[in-house]
Amino acid sequence: MRVALFLTCVNDTLYPDTGRAVVKLLTRLGVDVDFPMSQTCCGQAHYNTGYRHEAEPLARHFSDVFRDYEAIVTPSGSCGAMVRELYPRMGERARAEGRGEGLATALAPVVPKTYELTEFLVDVLGVTDVGAYYPHTVTYHPTCHGLRGLGLGDRPRRLLQAVKGLELKELPGADECCGFGGTFALKNSDVSAAMGADKVRNAESTGAEVLCAADNSCLMHIGGTMGRLESDMRPVHIAEILASTEEEPAA
Amino acid sequence: MSGTFVGMPAFPRAAHEAVNNQTLRGNLRHATHTIRAKRANAVAEVSDWAELREAGKRIKDHTLRHLDRYLVQLEESVVAAGGTVHWAADADEANEIVTQLVKMTGESEVVKVKSMATQEIGLNEALEAAGIRAYETDLAELIVQLGKDRPSHILVPAIHRNRGEIRDIFEREMGEWGRPAPEGLTDTPAELAEAARLHLREKFLRAKVGVSGANFMVADTGTLVVVESEGNGRMCLTLPETLISVVGIEKIVPTWQDLEVFLQTLPRSSTAERMNPYTSTWTGTTDEDGPQNFHLVLLDNGRSDTLADEVGRQALRCIRCSACLNVCPVYERAGGHAYGSVYPGPIGAILSPQLRGTASEIDASLPYASSLCGACYEVCPVAIDIPEVLVHLRERVVQGGPVVREGNKVVLKPAKGHAAERAAMRAARWAFAHPGVLRTGQRAASRTRRLHPRTLPGPGKAWSGTRDLPAVPAEPFRDWWQRTNGGTSETGGSK
Ligand code: SF4
Repeated sequence: MRVALFLTCVNDTLYPDTGRAVVKLLTRLGVDVDFPMSQTCCGQAHYNTGYRHEAEPLARHFSDVFRDYEAIVTPSGSCGAMVRELYPRMGERARAEGRGEGLATALAPVVPKTYELTEFLVDVLGVTDVGAYYPHTVTYHPTCHGLRGLGLGDRPRRLLQAVKGLELKELPGADECCGFGGTFALKNSDVSAAMGADKVRNAESTGAEVLCAADNSCLMHIGGTMGRLESDMRPVHIAEILASTEEEPAA
Repeated sequence: MSGTFVGMPAFPRAAHEAVNNQTLRGNLRHATHTIRAKRANAVAEVSDWAELREAGKRIKDHTLRHLDRYLVQLEESVVAAGGTVHWAADADEANEIVTQLVKMTGESEVVKVKSMATQEIGLNEALEAAGIRAYETDLAELIVQLGKDRPSHILVPAIHRNRGEIRDIFEREMGEWGRPAPEGLTDTPAELAEAARLHLREKFLRAKVGVSGANFMVADTGTLVVVESEGNGRMCLTLPETLISVVGIEKIVPTWQDLEVFLQTLPRSSTAERMNPYTSTWTGTTDEDGPQNFHLVLLDNGRSDTLADEVGRQALRCIRCSACLNVCPVYERAGGHAYGSVYPGPIGAILSPQLRGTASEIDASLPYASSLCGACYEVCPVAIDIPEVLVHLRERVVQGGPVVREGNKVVLKPAKGHAAERAAMRAARWAFAHPGVLRTGQRAASRTRRLHPRTLPGPGKAWSGTRDLPAVPAEPFRDWWQRTNGGTSETGGSK
């Protein structure tokens, strides 16, 4: 199976380790991974801040880059939700504004074959035990767009539970937003920071060493808050845990 | 909308104080988390919740689509049952109508059933200006009124107050308005409730005019419906000689049968009860039973304009259950007052900027008062996609565009203060449309990474004031991919 890795602009620029982990993990599972070099950004930040028209060419570009692959895998619940939930809506709006079917037609082929990483593992590859080894205590934060946008359900937790050596701790208030919300963190920074601090306190109450999530944007916010609160916990992307093996353990 | 909210600062500034007020945050956190858990249980009990939610959405959408027809039918039914119908285009008109109606009775005081619509138009203040005193009779509303405060929640207007604060308010203020609080009042719920009961009883027995809103209006029978927990509303609806109900035009349902859906979803969503304790219905007037005169004031006040917007009109489905407030992490920290409207929380963030427009500072900031986490949409019993409307209204704020205002099509200019953001978004779009530009930028960032400050100037300061920035890696992923030929010519990382 030949899949395209849609890494997202945030991961590409700031979290290349996550990308390398996804490549390592999928290759180990027998998947032929390609990284189309011309990929950029799905347009989520534009769309959610009110710049839908600026997001449209980015969505078209996404479609141009990825349309010929069998599947598109992304290690980001929010960028996955952007493609699956909001691209169709952008097409509908363009139609409602009398701009024809063009955008909807362009986006239609990529929407159903875009998968968030854990979804791809469980639903497409049909695995929950990916042969990982990670000897740490971990608590899992289900990010909002993964949880409510894509409906990832317990897939990530099932994957984590199958990891050798990993002890999973329940996170109190797991479903509550960490307060990132893209530009929300800048525009309403007081409220955002208060939400982040509560998330970190809840995570600390589990006694886990690691807070894990399937989205580096949320982890950037939570990790930044941990740093400021001088917490001993570390934020780690789920891909890095699942890629970790006894031969090549992740930190 | 109410004059009391004019000149509110933008949401972030209004929220700043609340976030740092520990008592307020404690009160809100406790109250919202308790009701949140109860609601989840009450909803989980119903096996066909998803169908009920869909049915509620459909009934409301259907009614809104044919609102003109149902309003005419409602008017005919109300008149046939002995009531009088008045149409109010905006707050001033509605206040004028009610004031004149009260004056015609010769009375100078009225008792009130808790009503969002009359708060929206600032009726109490308008009546007071005309020398008429309005007494709120809902317990939480009474606390707000006595405390010279503003409501901060749709269902529990005094949610921001704890028992100790309520006791102090009762002791200090009740005497001003009527029967004083009993001597040695403590802050136990039973004593507080009894104090309110004695205070209010006097008012109920004396009042000749009652003012209410309604949760629903049934078009085919002309019946109005109020659901409540305390029974105080029923006293106001049945004891006075004249009853004036001020209701938003979107509150219509076509038939009695449609109520079946909402009388299940509303109480479970709002108070987590299987059924609300009091459901009062009134249809025109009946000889020697209830009010002898009944006036219905149908309020538009921005609703027709909202209805004209394809994406935003779903906000008019709202049945004011307040479930979205109780799950909202932003409401929980910012408090209801920060929203600068009688409609706080997620629904307020989409309703107020539609009813009032996005011209003022507070209204332009409300669509951003959300992290788009989607919890509000998930709980809404009429499936209002609040995040969708928030993003739609953000577009209106930053880009402007066509809207309907006071029935006329106009094109809004973008709100002030977004020029720099707009330029940045356009530049980013341009860079993202040219992968080579993105790559150059990434490389420059990597090469200069040791020089990057840990705190940021300008708008980024908001981030780095409370959170550490991530370090820029030595090599962006795409460079690694190319250098190692997709990871095949190298194992492990490249730090
Ligand atoms: S928007 Fe939905 S959840 Fe919020 S108050 Fe209205 S009906 Fe209830």
